[in-house]
Amino acid sequence: MNLLFKWEWLPDLGKGLTLTVELTAACISIGAVLGFLLAVARIYTRGPLYWLASAYVQFFRGTPLLVQLFMVHFGLAGLGLRLTPLLSGIIAMGLNTAAYQAEYFRGAIQAVKRGQTLAALSLGMTRWQAILYVVLPQALRLVLPAWSNELVYMLKYTSIVYLIGLPDLTGVGRTIASRNFRFFEVYAVVALIYLALVLLVTMALRGLERRIRVPGLGTAR
Amino acid sequence: MSLSDWNTLVQGVPTLLSGLWVNVQILLGLIALGFVLGILIALVQVYSPKVPAALAVGYEWFFRGVPEMVLLLLIYFGLRQFHVPITPFIAAVIALGLRSSAYQSQIFRGAIQAVGERQMQAALSIGMTRLQAIRYVILPQALRLSIPPWSNEFSSVLKDTTLASAIGVIEVFRKARFIVGRNYALALPAFMLVALFFLVLTYLGNWLLGVLERRYRIPGFEMRGAGERF
Amino acid sequence: MALLVVEDLHKRYGREEVLRGISLELEKGETKVIIGPSGTGKSTLLRCINRLTEPDRGRIWLDGVEVTSPRTNIYRIRSQIGFVFQDFNLFTHLTALDNVALGLIRVKRVPKREARERALRELERVGLADKADAYPAQLSGGQQQRVSIARALAMDPKLILFDEPTSALDPELIGEVLEVMIELAEGGMTMLVVTHEMGFARAVADEIIFMEHGVIVEQGPPEVLFTNPRVPRTAEFLRKITEFYGKSG
Repeated sequence: MNLLFKWEWLPDLGKGLTLTVELTAACISIGAVLGFLLAVARIYTRGPLYWLASAYVQFFRGTPLLVQLFMVHFGLAGLGLRLTPLLSGIIAMGLNTAAYQAEYFRGAIQAVKRGQTLAALSLGMTRWQAILYVVLPQALRLVLPAWSNELVYMLKYTSIVYLIGLPDLTGVGRTIASRNFRFFEVYAVVALIYLALVLLVTMALRGLERRIRVPGLGTAR
Repeated sequence: MSLSDWNTLVQGVPTLLSGLWVNVQILLGLIALGFVLGILIALVQVYSPKVPAALAVGYEWFFRGVPEMVLLLLIYFGLRQFHVPITPFIAAVIALGLRSSAYQSQIFRGAIQAVGERQMQAALSIGMTRLQAIRYVILPQALRLSIPPWSNEFSSVLKDTTLASAIGVIEVFRKARFIVGRNYALALPAFMLVALFFLVLTYLGNWLLGVLERRYRIPGFEMRGAGERF
Repeated sequence: MALLVVEDLHKRYGREEVLRGISLELEKGETKVIIGPSGTGKSTLLRCINRLTEPDRGRIWLDGVEVTSPRTNIYRIRSQIGFVFQDFNLFTHLTALDNVALGLIRVKRVPKREARERALRELERVGLADKADAYPAQLSGGQQQRVSIARALAMDPKLILFDEPTSALDPELIGEVLEVMIELAEGGMTMLVVTHEMGFARAVADEIIFMEHGVIVEQGPPEVLFTNPRVPRTAEFLRKITEFYGKSG
């Protein structure tokens, strides 16, 4: 079994890696904002807003991300709304991770003890002030471990976007592999690059967790 | 969308369902593989000497860190490159199963550690061997504790069976793409239909696991864990 | 030869020497009580006797068989030595009855029906036949400890080791467990008991062993130790513990 990997393939893989990272950053950010709003809707509102947010979370958590990606890219195109693959990728993955992040936020917000809100209200704060200044600073710390997992999860899952034609790390790897008939070598290198990236991100987030830890405030897990 | 488009979609339902059956088969295969390997890995991590335990940790770390899509491509095309006669279906079961084993081992390891060393000591004190203690005392409890986080892993891998389409398994998503390829107007409804199938399967699975959990609940003993996505 | 012989037992954890040459003997039918401040190696000693913890040095015999020999089938030895834990350690997933029957079925290979009949008799013996189908989490601490004694008894042990069996119990639940233990002692069971219950020690112990810092400071019949200890440190400890736990135990 002779193996062959050419170093000249690395720059292209590097470009793919850049796209993977950008895509992850974009969809995680969208997901964080949307997820937070969904969580707030699910905790602090009743009626249609609550039901809408709940249905959203249920749908995006209960169906495959790959199918969601194709619904956005090809489904919307069928309705006349043509998005670039990049935009479709960001939107689909952002919508998906929003549903998961909403659940993590919700868990964390609800994990903040009721007495904390009561104490804030007793000082004369409004409900929103209590949420903003007392509940959230605690909840965001509590959510970090779960949120780190989600970030790593999305980082890996962006590998499906090559199926709608995006040259991400996996996509570039696939092109090189099939052009040179070196599937094993190229995919093994791609796998190692993902591993390194995951390790890096995990360590960075652990560091962040340590830095913002408050003595006595438990972690979500 | 015209009436004839709808007609095409309705006619496609049986073929989509037959594709869904393939997903279920992949699911059963990968879950079984992941379950057996996952328990073994967890037991090695908790009970074996340092070197095998470290290897098991490395195994878990590798299969948790590599994207499933890359694993699928690596195992299917990588093996084909060396003329190993592997079908896409088998490659999918192996790739997704190995990945799942890493996640399941994490679940089982946590549960075994939650059962605790004292139960092991009590079992040893009446003369059981370590294997007997694991079989009759540790695992029956650990498996019960595993059900809630395991349900998460279950819904996760259920949806991930669609990834098998990328290496050529003709499952439900692949079939939907065939339908859409012939008629682009059907893209949204066809994919939506597939999504609905998975919603139903997810609910069905969670319901079954809920029944299982209640059936095996130990009276008076509370155990519930909120899990994350795997 | 005595039923249990412990000879020059040593055990260290890291830099701390927990057992520093313990020797003791226990005749068949005897009950000996080990007392001493916490953290002086009493639990470690018990765990070494059935090798739940491996001693570093020293030898142990049970009924003429060397427990510490590498050729000995330790599982067989353990099935002959009952062990009652401070925090009960009942198998969480099994009913009281199955907790008692499990060792019979899996270790002694007794047929299931027979094992369960035997288990029920042992539960009767500790006064818990009516709780046979209850799970540990549905029982009080005292009841759990009685089940765990039944679990030990079911194996027909030659010897039962008790590791502070009442320390984890609420005061009002201690009595029911001690009652069972007194009955056992009076019925001729061989028992080695680590406890702070001085009332129990006075009532049933053939001998009291005072341990501190990994060595046996003094041992002798309760009447001697309680009234006329040889070593001043023994007197001091007994005075303190009696003040703390009360005379009756």
